Amino acid sequence: MQYLLLATLMLLPWSGYAANENAAETGQKEKIDMTSLILGHISDSYEWHFWGEGENAVAIPLPILVYSNVRSEWFFFSFAHLEEAEEEGTTYEGFKLAEAGEENAGKVVEYNNATGKWERPLDLSLTKNAIGLMINSLLLICIVLGCARWYKGRKPSDPAPRGFVGLMEMMISMVYNDIIKANIPQHVQRYSGYLLCAFFFIFFTNLIGLIPGSANITGNIAVTFVLACCTFLFVNIGANGEYWKEIFWADVPGWLKPIMAVIEFFGIFTKPVALMIRLFANIMAGHAALLALIGVIFITATISPVINGIMTPLSLLFAIFLDCLECLVAFIQAYVFTMLSAVFIGLSVPQHHHKA
Amino acid sequence: MSLLTPEIGLIFWMLIAFGVVFFVLLKFGWPIITKMVDDRKQYIDNALDSAREANEKLAKIQEESALMLKQAREQQSQILADAMEQRKQIVEKAQTEATTAGQKILEEAKQQIEVEKEDAIRDIRRQVGLLSVEIAEKVLRQSLKTDKEQMAMIDRLLDEMNNKK
Repeated sequence: MQYLLLATLMLLPWSGYAANENAAETGQKEKIDMTSLILGHISDSYEWHFWGEGENAVAIPLPILVYSNVRSEWFFFSFAHLEEAEEEGTTYEGFKLAEAGEENAGKVVEYNNATGKWERPLDLSLTKNAIGLMINSLLLICIVLGCARWYKGRKPSDPAPRGFVGLMEMMISMVYNDIIKANIPQHVQRYSGYLLCAFFFIFFTNLIGLIPGSANITGNIAVTFVLACCTFLFVNIGANGEYWKEIFWADVPGWLKPIMAVIEFFGIFTKPVALMIRLFANIMAGHAALLALIGVIFITATISPVINGIMTPLSLLFAIFLDCLECLVAFIQAYVFTMLSAVFIGLSVPQHHHKA
Repeated sequence: MSLLTPEIGLIFWMLIAFGVVFFVLLKFGWPIITKMVDDRKQYIDNALDSAREANEKLAKIQEESALMLKQAREQQSQILADAMEQRKQIVEKAQTEATTAGQKILEEAKQQIEVEKEDAIRDIRRQVGLLSVEIAEKVLRQSLKTDKEQMAMIDRLLDEMNNKK
Protein backbone atom coordinates (compact mmCIF):
# COMPACT_ATOMS: atom_id res chain seq x y z
CA MET A 1 0.00 0.00 0.00
CA GLN A 2 2.88 2.33 0.78
CA TYR A 3 4.11 1.95 -2.79
CA LEU A 4 0.85 3.29 -4.07
CA LEU A 5 1.03 6.31 -1.77
CA LEU A 6 4.61 6.95 -2.75
CA ALA A 7 3.79 6.68 -6.42
CA THR A 8 0.86 9.01 -6.07
CA LEU A 9 2.97 11.56 -4.19
CA MET A 10 5.65 11.41 -6.87
CA LEU A 11 3.12 11.97 -9.60
CA LEU A 12 1.16 14.82 -8.07
CA PRO A 13 3.40 17.73 -9.14
CA TRP A 14 3.74 16.46 -12.69
CA SER A 15 0.29 15.34 -13.63
CA GLY A 16 -0.92 18.93 -14.09
CA TYR A 17 1.58 19.64 -16.84
CA ALA A 18 1.76 16.18 -18.34
CA ALA A 19 0.87 15.75 -21.95
CA ASN A 20 0.67 12.86 -24.34
CA GLU A 21 3.57 12.14 -26.70
CA ASN A 22 1.39 12.20 -29.81
CA ALA A 23 -0.19 15.39 -28.67
CA ALA A 24 3.20 16.99 -28.23
CA GLU A 25 4.02 16.22 -31.86
CA THR A 26 0.96 17.95 -33.15
CA GLY A 27 1.58 20.80 -30.79
CA GLN A 28 -1.53 20.17 -28.75
CA LYS A 29 -1.20 19.97 -25.00
CA GLU A 30 -2.96 16.94 -23.64
CA LYS A 31 -2.85 15.92 -20.02
CA ILE A 32 -1.78 12.43 -19.02
CA ASP A 33 -4.17 11.38 -16.32
CA MET A 34 -1.78 9.09 -14.50
CA THR A 35 -4.26 8.05 -11.80
CA SER A 36 -6.85 6.76 -14.21
CA LEU A 37 -4.13 5.20 -16.35
CA ILE A 38 -2.79 3.17 -13.43
CA LEU A 39 -6.26 2.34 -12.17
CA GLY A 40 -7.21 1.26 -15.67
CA HIS A 41 -4.25 -1.07 -15.77
CA ILE A 42 -4.69 -2.68 -12.40
CA SER A 43 -8.45 -3.06 -12.50
CA ASP A 44 -10.66 -5.44 -14.37
CA SER A 45 -12.06 -4.63 -17.83
CA TYR A 46 -14.32 -5.99 -20.54
CA GLU A 47 -11.52 -6.13 -23.08
CA TRP A 48 -8.00 -7.50 -23.05
CA HIS A 49 -5.96 -4.46 -23.90
CA PHE A 50 -2.41 -4.89 -25.22
CA TRP A 51 -1.14 -1.57 -26.56
CA GLY A 52 -2.16 1.60 -28.34
CA GLU A 53 -4.87 4.13 -27.53
CA GLY A 54 -8.16 5.03 -29.13
CA GLU A 55 -8.23 4.15 -32.83
CA ASN A 56 -4.86 2.38 -32.75
CA ALA A 57 -5.63 0.24 -29.73
CA VAL A 58 -4.86 -3.45 -30.02
CA ALA A 59 -7.36 -5.15 -27.74
CA ILE A 60 -9.52 -8.24 -27.71
CA PRO A 61 -13.14 -7.51 -26.79
CA LEU A 62 -14.34 -10.14 -24.32
CA PRO A 63 -17.77 -11.74 -24.06
CA ILE A 64 -20.38 -10.09 -21.86
CA LEU A 65 -22.81 -12.24 -19.94
CA VAL A 66 -25.48 -10.37 -18.00
CA TYR A 67 -28.81 -11.19 -16.44
CA SER A 68 -31.21 -8.33 -16.72
CA ASN A 69 -33.12 -7.94 -13.47
CA VAL A 70 -35.59 -5.65 -15.22
CA ARG A 71 -36.39 -7.99 -18.10
CA SER A 72 -35.55 -11.27 -16.25
CA GLU A 73 -33.54 -12.45 -19.19
CA TRP A 74 -29.94 -13.55 -19.93
CA PHE A 75 -27.90 -11.60 -22.48
CA PHE A 76 -24.68 -12.80 -24.06
CA PHE A 77 -22.81 -10.63 -26.56
CA SER A 78 -19.39 -9.25 -27.38
CA PHE A 79 -18.03 -6.13 -25.75
CA ALA A 80 -17.38 -4.81 -29.26
CA HIS A 81 -21.12 -4.09 -29.63
CA LEU A 82 -21.10 -1.98 -26.48
CA GLU A 83 -18.10 -0.03 -27.75
CA GLU A 84 -19.85 0.70 -31.01
CA ALA A 85 -22.96 1.77 -29.18
CA GLU A 86 -20.90 4.01 -26.93
CA GLU A 87 -19.36 5.75 -29.93
CA GLU A 88 -22.78 6.27 -31.46
CA GLY A 89 -24.19 7.39 -28.13
CA THR A 90 -26.85 4.68 -28.12
CA THR A 91 -27.39 1.46 -26.24
CA TYR A 92 -27.05 -2.15 -27.26
CA GLU A 93 -29.92 -4.43 -26.21
CA GLY A 94 -30.74 -1.75 -23.65
CA PHE A 95 -27.24 -1.86 -22.12
CA LYS A 96 -24.52 0.73 -22.10
CA LEU A 97 -21.29 1.45 -20.29
CA ALA A 98 -21.72 3.84 -17.41
CA GLU A 99 -19.74 6.98 -18.11
CA ALA A 100 -16.88 8.26 -16.01
CA GLY A 101 -18.08 10.20 -13.00
CA GLU A 102 -21.35 8.29 -12.82
CA GLU A 103 -22.12 5.56 -10.38
CA ASN A 104 -20.69 2.20 -11.53
CA ALA A 105 -18.39 4.00 -13.96
CA GLY A 106 -17.06 1.73 -16.71
CA LYS A 107 -19.53 -1.05 -15.90
CA VAL A 108 -22.45 -2.38 -17.91
CA VAL A 109 -25.71 -0.73 -16.84
CA GLU A 110 -29.31 -0.87 -17.99
CA TYR A 111 -32.16 1.55 -17.57
CA ASN A 112 -34.74 0.68 -14.99
CA ASN A 113 -38.05 2.33 -15.81
CA ALA A 114 -39.46 1.63 -12.35
CA THR A 115 -36.78 3.63 -10.52
CA GLY A 116 -35.80 5.85 -13.41
CA LYS A 117 -32.14 5.07 -12.88
CA TRP A 118 -29.36 3.28 -14.72
CA GLU A 119 -28.79 0.13 -12.69
CA ARG A 120 -26.38 -2.75 -12.86
CA PRO A 121 -27.66 -6.09 -14.06
CA LEU A 122 -26.27 -9.34 -12.65
CA ASP A 123 -22.93 -9.14 -14.42
CA LEU A 124 -21.23 -12.51 -14.98
CA SER A 125 -19.19 -11.25 -17.92
CA LEU A 126 -16.03 -13.06 -18.83
CA THR A 127 -13.85 -10.11 -18.02
CA LYS A 128 -10.10 -9.90 -18.45
CA ASN A 129 -9.57 -11.21 -14.94
CA ALA A 130 -12.10 -14.02 -15.39
CA ILE A 131 -10.42 -15.16 -18.62
CA GLY A 132 -7.01 -14.79 -16.96
CA LEU A 133 -8.22 -16.84 -14.03
CA MET A 134 -9.30 -19.63 -16.32
CA ILE A 135 -6.05 -19.62 -18.27
CA ASN A 136 -4.06 -19.61 -15.04
CA SER A 137 -6.15 -22.39 -13.55
CA LEU A 138 -5.75 -24.51 -16.66
CA LEU A 139 -2.01 -23.92 -16.74
CA LEU A 140 -1.71 -24.71 -13.05
CA ILE A 141 -3.69 -27.92 -13.44
CA CYS A 142 -1.54 -28.92 -16.42
CA ILE A 143 1.68 -28.20 -14.55
CA VAL A 144 0.71 -30.07 -11.39
CA LEU A 145 -0.81 -33.01 -13.23
CA GLY A 146 2.27 -33.08 -15.45
CA CYS A 147 4.41 -33.33 -12.34
CA ALA A 148 2.11 -35.99 -10.90
CA ARG A 149 2.45 -38.00 -14.13
CA TRP A 150 6.18 -38.17 -13.58
CA TYR A 151 5.62 -40.20 -10.41
CA LYS A 152 3.55 -42.86 -12.14
CA GLY A 153 5.31 -46.20 -12.11
CA ARG A 154 8.12 -44.97 -9.92
CA LYS A 155 9.08 -46.39 -6.56
CA PRO A 156 10.20 -44.43 -3.50
CA SER A 157 13.60 -46.02 -3.94
CA ASP A 158 14.01 -44.45 -7.38
CA PRO A 159 16.12 -41.29 -7.59
CA ALA A 160 14.35 -38.01 -6.85
CA PRO A 161 13.17 -35.98 -9.86
CA ARG A 162 15.40 -33.40 -11.48
CA GLY A 163 14.73 -30.24 -13.40
CA PHE A 164 11.27 -28.72 -13.28
CA VAL A 165 9.60 -31.63 -11.52
CA GLY A 166 12.38 -31.49 -8.93
CA LEU A 167 11.73 -27.79 -8.39
CA MET A 168 8.02 -28.43 -8.01
CA GLU A 169 8.66 -31.28 -5.62
CA MET A 170 10.96 -29.08 -3.57
CA MET A 171 8.30 -26.40 -3.27
CA ILE A 172 5.53 -28.91 -2.61
CA SER A 173 7.51 -30.60 0.14
CA MET A 174 8.39 -27.18 1.57
CA VAL A 175 4.71 -26.28 1.85
CA TYR A 176 3.80 -29.80 2.92
CA ASN A 177 6.46 -30.18 5.61
CA ASP A 178 7.17 -26.66 6.81
CA ILE A 179 3.68 -25.22 6.65
CA ILE A 180 1.12 -28.01 6.82
CA LYS A 181 2.85 -30.62 8.95
CA ALA A 182 4.37 -27.99 11.22
CA ASN A 183 1.03 -26.30 11.96
CA ILE A 184 -1.57 -29.04 11.63
CA PRO A 185 0.30 -32.22 12.55
CA GLN A 186 -2.92 -33.98 13.60
CA HIS A 187 -4.92 -33.47 10.36
CA VAL A 188 -2.34 -33.31 7.60
CA GLN A 189 -4.43 -35.29 5.14
CA ARG A 190 -7.61 -33.30 5.70
CA TYR A 191 -6.11 -29.87 5.00
CA SER A 192 -3.05 -30.47 2.80
CA GLY A 193 -5.13 -30.39 -0.42
CA TYR A 194 -6.55 -26.95 0.24
CA LEU A 195 -3.37 -25.37 1.55
CA LEU A 196 -1.20 -26.70 -1.28
CA CYS A 197 -3.81 -25.57 -3.75
CA ALA A 198 -3.99 -22.10 -2.18
CA PHE A 199 -0.23 -21.71 -2.14
CA PHE A 200 0.36 -22.73 -5.72
CA PHE A 201 -2.71 -20.91 -7.00
CA ILE A 202 -1.59 -17.64 -5.41
CA PHE A 203 2.08 -18.06 -6.24
CA PHE A 204 1.45 -19.02 -9.83
CA THR A 205 -1.15 -16.31 -10.37
CA ASN A 206 1.15 -13.71 -8.80
CA LEU A 207 3.97 -14.68 -11.14
CA ILE A 208 1.76 -14.72 -14.22
CA GLY A 209 0.44 -11.32 -13.18
CA LEU A 210 3.95 -9.90 -13.46
CA ILE A 211 4.09 -10.64 -17.17
CA PRO A 212 3.33 -7.43 -19.07
CA GLY A 213 -0.06 -7.59 -20.70
CA SER A 214 -1.44 -10.22 -18.35
CA ALA A 215 -4.29 -9.71 -15.94
CA ASN A 216 -3.77 -8.43 -12.39
CA ILE A 217 -5.69 -11.27 -10.79
CA THR A 218 -4.46 -11.61 -7.21
CA GLY A 219 -4.47 -7.81 -7.02
CA ASN A 220 -8.24 -7.94 -7.36
CA ILE A 221 -10.22 -8.03 -4.16
CA ALA A 222 -12.87 -10.41 -5.51
CA VAL A 223 -10.23 -13.10 -6.01
CA THR A 224 -8.67 -12.67 -2.59
CA PHE A 225 -12.17 -12.49 -1.14
CA VAL A 226 -12.95 -15.98 -2.42
CA LEU A 227 -9.61 -17.30 -1.16
CA ALA A 228 -10.18 -15.75 2.25
CA CYS A 229 -13.70 -17.22 2.33
CA CYS A 230 -12.25 -20.65 1.65
CA THR A 231 -9.84 -20.24 4.55
CA PHE A 232 -12.71 -19.01 6.71
CA LEU A 233 -14.76 -22.09 5.86
CA PHE A 234 -11.87 -24.49 6.38
CA VAL A 235 -11.03 -22.91 9.74
CA ASN A 236 -14.57 -22.88 11.10
CA ILE A 237 -16.14 -26.01 9.61
CA GLY A 238 -13.37 -28.30 10.72
CA ALA A 239 -13.09 -26.64 14.14
CA ASN A 240 -13.69 -28.77 17.20
CA GLY A 241 -15.53 -27.95 20.44
CA GLU A 242 -12.42 -26.79 22.17
CA TYR A 243 -12.02 -24.03 19.60
CA TRP A 244 -15.56 -22.73 20.14
CA LYS A 245 -15.11 -22.97 23.88
CA GLU A 246 -11.93 -20.90 23.59
CA ILE A 247 -13.90 -18.28 21.69
CA PHE A 248 -17.06 -18.01 23.74
CA TRP A 249 -15.85 -19.14 27.15
CA ALA A 250 -12.15 -18.36 27.20
CA ASP A 251 -10.01 -19.31 30.16
CA VAL A 252 -9.95 -15.82 31.71
CA PRO A 253 -11.36 -14.24 34.90
CA GLY A 254 -15.16 -14.22 34.96
CA TRP A 255 -15.77 -10.52 34.32
CA LEU A 256 -13.51 -10.70 31.24
CA LYS A 257 -15.40 -13.58 29.69
CA PRO A 258 -18.12 -11.60 27.87
CA ILE A 259 -15.59 -9.06 26.58
CA MET A 260 -13.30 -11.80 25.36
CA ALA A 261 -16.21 -13.58 23.70
CA VAL A 262 -17.06 -10.46 21.72
CA ILE A 263 -13.42 -9.86 20.77
CA GLU A 264 -12.85 -13.47 19.79
CA PHE A 265 -16.09 -13.57 17.85
CA PHE A 266 -14.99 -10.61 15.76
CA GLY A 267 -11.59 -12.26 15.48
CA ILE A 268 -13.20 -15.08 13.53
CA PHE A 269 -14.01 -12.58 10.77
CA THR A 270 -11.08 -10.21 11.02
CA LYS A 271 -8.54 -12.98 10.42
CA PRO A 272 -9.74 -13.87 6.91
CA VAL A 273 -10.43 -10.21 6.15
CA ALA A 274 -6.81 -9.45 7.02
CA LEU A 275 -5.72 -12.25 4.69
CA MET A 276 -7.89 -10.86 1.92
CA ILE A 277 -6.66 -7.27 2.28
CA ARG A 278 -3.00 -8.23 2.69
CA LEU A 279 -2.77 -10.24 -0.49
CA PHE A 280 -4.86 -7.83 -2.53
CA ALA A 281 -3.08 -4.70 -1.31
CA ASN A 282 0.43 -6.09 -1.73
CA ILE A 283 -0.05 -7.27 -5.27
CA MET A 284 -2.13 -4.29 -6.33
CA ALA A 285 0.34 -1.80 -4.83
CA GLY A 286 3.25 -3.58 -6.49
CA HIS A 287 1.59 -3.26 -9.88
CA ALA A 288 0.66 0.36 -9.23
CA ALA A 289 4.21 1.27 -8.20
CA LEU A 290 5.62 -0.45 -11.24
CA LEU A 291 3.21 1.37 -13.54
CA ALA A 292 3.97 4.66 -11.84
CA LEU A 293 7.72 4.21 -12.38
CA ILE A 294 7.17 3.46 -16.04
CA GLY A 295 4.75 6.39 -16.21
CA VAL A 296 7.50 8.74 -15.01
CA ILE A 297 9.17 8.27 -18.39
CA PHE A 298 6.14 9.54 -20.30
CA ILE A 299 5.41 12.36 -17.90
CA THR A 300 8.95 13.71 -18.03
CA ALA A 301 8.88 13.41 -21.82
CA THR A 302 6.31 16.18 -21.88
CA ILE A 303 8.32 18.44 -19.62
CA SER A 304 11.77 18.59 -21.10
CA PRO A 305 14.10 16.24 -23.01
CA VAL A 306 16.83 16.77 -20.41
CA ILE A 307 14.74 15.69 -17.48
CA ASN A 308 13.41 12.86 -19.57
CA GLY A 309 16.94 11.76 -20.42
CA ILE A 310 17.90 11.72 -16.77
CA MET A 311 14.74 10.14 -15.49
CA THR A 312 14.33 7.39 -18.08
CA PRO A 313 17.33 5.26 -17.08
CA LEU A 314 16.64 6.00 -13.43
CA SER A 315 13.03 4.93 -13.57
CA LEU A 316 13.92 1.93 -15.70
CA LEU A 317 16.50 0.91 -13.11
CA PHE A 318 13.92 1.28 -10.35
CA ALA A 319 11.33 -0.58 -12.40
CA ILE A 320 13.70 -3.51 -12.95
CA PHE A 321 14.54 -3.54 -9.26
CA LEU A 322 10.86 -3.41 -8.39
CA ASP A 323 10.11 -6.22 -10.82
CA CYS A 324 12.67 -8.43 -9.07
CA LEU A 325 11.19 -7.40 -5.76
CA GLU A 326 7.73 -8.28 -7.03
CA CYS A 327 8.93 -11.78 -7.92
CA LEU A 328 9.99 -12.13 -4.31
CA VAL A 329 6.72 -10.62 -3.11
CA ALA A 330 4.82 -13.08 -5.30
CA PHE A 331 6.39 -15.91 -3.33
CA ILE A 332 6.24 -14.24 0.07
CA GLN A 333 2.55 -13.35 -0.23
CA ALA A 334 1.65 -16.87 -1.29
CA TYR A 335 3.73 -18.19 1.60
CA VAL A 336 2.22 -15.79 4.12
CA PHE A 337 -1.34 -16.51 3.02
CA THR A 338 -0.80 -20.25 3.25
CA MET A 339 1.15 -20.03 6.48
CA LEU A 340 -1.48 -17.91 8.22
CA SER A 341 -4.28 -20.12 6.91
CA ALA A 342 -2.43 -23.12 8.29
CA VAL A 343 -1.88 -21.38 11.62
CA PHE A 344 -5.57 -20.46 11.88
CA ILE A 345 -6.62 -23.99 10.96
CA GLY A 346 -4.08 -25.39 13.41
CA LEU A 347 -5.56 -23.22 16.15
CA SER A 348 -9.09 -24.36 15.31
CA VAL A 349 -8.19 -28.02 15.81
CA PRO A 350 -6.02 -27.66 18.92
CA GLN A 351 -3.84 -30.46 20.06
CA HIS A 352 -4.57 -31.74 23.51
CA HIS A 353 -1.51 -30.34 25.18
CA HIS A 354 -2.73 -30.97 28.68
CA LYS A 355 -3.52 -34.59 27.92
CA ALA A 356 -0.32 -35.32 26.09
CA MET B 1 -14.71 1.62 -10.45
CA SER B 2 -13.81 1.07 -6.84
CA LEU B 3 -10.88 -1.19 -6.21
CA LEU B 4 -12.21 -2.23 -2.85
CA THR B 5 -15.61 -3.54 -3.95
CA PRO B 6 -15.54 -7.19 -4.94
CA GLU B 7 -17.33 -7.75 -8.28
CA ILE B 8 -19.99 -10.42 -8.07
CA GLY B 9 -19.14 -11.67 -11.56
CA LEU B 10 -15.48 -12.17 -10.76
CA ILE B 11 -16.34 -13.85 -7.48
CA PHE B 12 -18.50 -16.26 -9.44
CA TRP B 13 -15.78 -17.08 -11.96
CA MET B 14 -13.17 -17.26 -9.24
CA LEU B 15 -15.32 -19.75 -7.32
CA ILE B 16 -15.63 -21.90 -10.42
CA ALA B 17 -11.97 -21.65 -11.41
CA PHE B 18 -10.60 -22.17 -7.93
CA GLY B 19 -13.13 -24.91 -7.25
CA VAL B 20 -12.12 -26.80 -10.37
CA VAL B 21 -8.43 -26.39 -9.59
CA PHE B 22 -9.06 -27.45 -6.00
CA PHE B 23 -11.01 -30.60 -6.82
CA VAL B 24 -8.92 -31.69 -9.78
CA LEU B 25 -5.68 -31.28 -7.89
CA LEU B 26 -7.18 -32.77 -4.72
CA LYS B 27 -8.08 -35.88 -6.67
CA PHE B 28 -5.25 -36.27 -9.17
CA GLY B 29 -2.48 -33.88 -8.20
CA TRP B 30 -1.33 -33.53 -4.64
CA PRO B 31 -1.97 -37.01 -3.20
CA ILE B 32 0.38 -38.63 -5.72
CA ILE B 33 3.15 -36.13 -5.07
CA THR B 34 2.78 -35.86 -1.31
CA LYS B 35 2.52 -39.63 -1.00
CA MET B 36 5.74 -40.00 -2.96
CA VAL B 37 7.40 -37.32 -0.83
CA ASP B 38 6.31 -39.12 2.34
CA ASP B 39 7.27 -42.53 0.98
CA ARG B 40 10.66 -41.33 -0.14
CA LYS B 41 11.23 -39.70 3.25
CA GLN B 42 10.27 -42.99 4.89
CA TYR B 43 12.55 -44.88 2.54
CA ILE B 44 15.48 -42.55 3.24
CA ASP B 45 14.85 -42.77 6.98
CA ASN B 46 14.81 -46.55 6.75
CA ALA B 47 17.94 -46.58 4.64
CA LEU B 48 19.66 -44.31 7.14
CA ASP B 49 18.56 -46.53 10.00
CA SER B 50 19.82 -49.69 8.33
CA ALA B 51 23.06 -47.94 7.41
CA ARG B 52 23.50 -46.94 11.03
CA GLU B 53 22.78 -50.49 12.13
CA ALA B 54 25.23 -51.86 9.61
CA ASN B 55 27.84 -49.39 10.81
CA GLU B 56 27.22 -50.41 14.38
CA LYS B 57 27.52 -54.07 13.42
CA LEU B 58 30.70 -53.38 11.52
CA ALA B 59 32.12 -51.49 14.48
CA LYS B 60 31.21 -54.39 16.74
CA ILE B 61 32.83 -56.88 14.39
CA GLN B 62 35.91 -54.74 14.16
CA GLU B 63 36.04 -54.52 17.92
CA GLU B 64 35.65 -58.25 18.21
CA SER B 65 38.32 -58.96 15.66
CA ALA B 66 40.65 -56.51 17.36
CA LEU B 67 39.99 -58.28 20.62
CA MET B 68 40.63 -61.65 18.99
CA LEU B 69 43.82 -60.40 17.43
CA LYS B 70 44.97 -59.07 20.77
CA GLN B 71 44.19 -62.37 22.44
CA ALA B 72 46.01 -64.26 19.71
CA ARG B 73 49.04 -62.04 20.13
CA GLU B 74 48.98 -62.59 23.86
CA GLN B 75 48.70 -66.32 23.33
CA GLN B 76 51.50 -66.27 20.85
CA SER B 77 53.81 -64.40 23.15
CA GLN B 78 52.76 -66.72 25.99
CA ILE B 79 53.61 -69.73 23.87
CA LEU B 80 56.91 -68.20 22.84
CA ALA B 81 57.77 -67.44 26.44
CA ASP B 82 56.84 -70.98 27.44
CA ALA B 83 58.99 -72.43 24.68
CA MET B 84 61.92 -70.30 25.75
CA GLU B 85 61.47 -71.44 29.33
CA GLN B 86 61.27 -75.08 28.25
CA ARG B 87 64.32 -74.80 26.06
CA LYS B 88 66.23 -73.23 28.87
CA GLN B 89 65.15 -76.01 31.21
CA ILE B 90 66.05 -78.69 28.71
CA VAL B 91 69.44 -77.17 28.09
CA GLU B 92 70.07 -76.82 31.80
CA LYS B 93 68.98 -80.37 32.44
CA ALA B 94 71.16 -81.64 29.65
CA GLN B 95 74.07 -79.67 30.99
CA THR B 96 73.68 -81.02 34.50
CA GLU B 97 73.23 -84.53 33.17
CA ALA B 98 76.30 -84.16 31.01
CA THR B 99 78.28 -82.81 33.95
CA THR B 100 77.24 -85.62 36.24
CA ALA B 101 77.91 -88.24 33.59
CA GLY B 102 81.35 -86.74 32.91
CA GLN B 103 82.20 -86.69 36.58
CA LYS B 104 81.04 -90.27 36.94
CA ILE B 105 83.17 -91.37 34.02
CA LEU B 106 86.06 -89.38 35.37
CA GLU B 107 85.73 -90.98 38.76
CA GLU B 108 85.46 -94.43 37.29
CA ALA B 109 88.55 -93.72 35.22
CA LYS B 110 90.34 -92.45 38.33
CA GLN B 111 89.37 -95.56 40.26
CA GLN B 112 90.52 -97.82 37.44
CA ILE B 113 93.74 -95.87 37.21
CA GLU B 114 94.16 -96.26 40.96
CA VAL B 115 93.50 -99.97 40.78
CA GLU B 116 95.84 -100.45 37.92
CA LYS B 117 98.41 -98.30 39.63
CA GLU B 118 98.22 -100.46 42.71
CA ASP B 119 98.40 -103.57 40.56
CA ALA B 120 101.39 -102.17 38.82
CA ILE B 121 103.00 -101.21 42.14
CA ARG B 122 102.30 -104.70 43.51
CA ASP B 123 103.86 -106.20 40.41
CA ILE B 124 106.82 -103.93 40.72
CA ARG B 125 107.16 -104.80 44.38
CA ARG B 126 106.99 -108.50 43.65
CA GLN B 127 109.53 -108.07 40.91
CA VAL B 128 111.67 -105.96 43.21
CA GLY B 129 111.32 -108.62 45.93
CA LEU B 130 112.26 -111.38 43.61
CA LEU B 131 115.12 -109.37 42.19
CA SER B 132 116.37 -108.47 45.61
CA VAL B 133 116.11 -112.11 46.76
CA GLU B 134 118.05 -113.18 43.71
CA ILE B 135 120.56 -110.45 44.25
CA ALA B 136 120.78 -111.35 47.89
CA GLU B 137 121.23 -114.96 47.02
CA LYS B 138 123.98 -114.09 44.60
CA VAL B 139 125.58 -111.74 47.13
CA LEU B 140 125.32 -114.36 49.83
CA ARG B 141 126.75 -117.04 47.60
CA GLN B 142 129.58 -114.68 46.80
CA SER B 143 130.36 -113.77 50.36
CA LEU B 144 129.84 -117.18 51.83
CA LYS B 145 132.14 -119.05 49.63
CA THR B 146 134.37 -120.11 52.46
CA ASP B 147 133.47 -121.94 55.59
CA LYS B 148 135.03 -119.33 57.67
CA GLU B 149 132.97 -116.70 56.20
CA GLN B 150 129.97 -118.86 56.72
CA MET B 151 130.81 -119.35 60.30
CA ALA B 152 131.50 -115.63 60.81
CA MET B 153 128.14 -114.93 59.31
CA ILE B 154 126.38 -117.34 61.51
CA ASP B 155 128.06 -115.84 64.49
CA ARG B 156 127.13 -112.38 63.59
CA LEU B 157 123.61 -113.38 63.04
CA LEU B 158 123.48 -115.06 66.29
CA ASP B 159 124.93 -112.00 67.96
CA GLU B 160 122.35 -109.89 66.39
CA MET B 161 119.66 -112.14 67.62
CA ASN B 162 121.13 -112.06 71.05
CA ASN B 163 121.33 -108.32 70.99
CA LYS B 164 117.76 -108.17 70.04
CA LYS B 165 116.83 -110.09 73.09
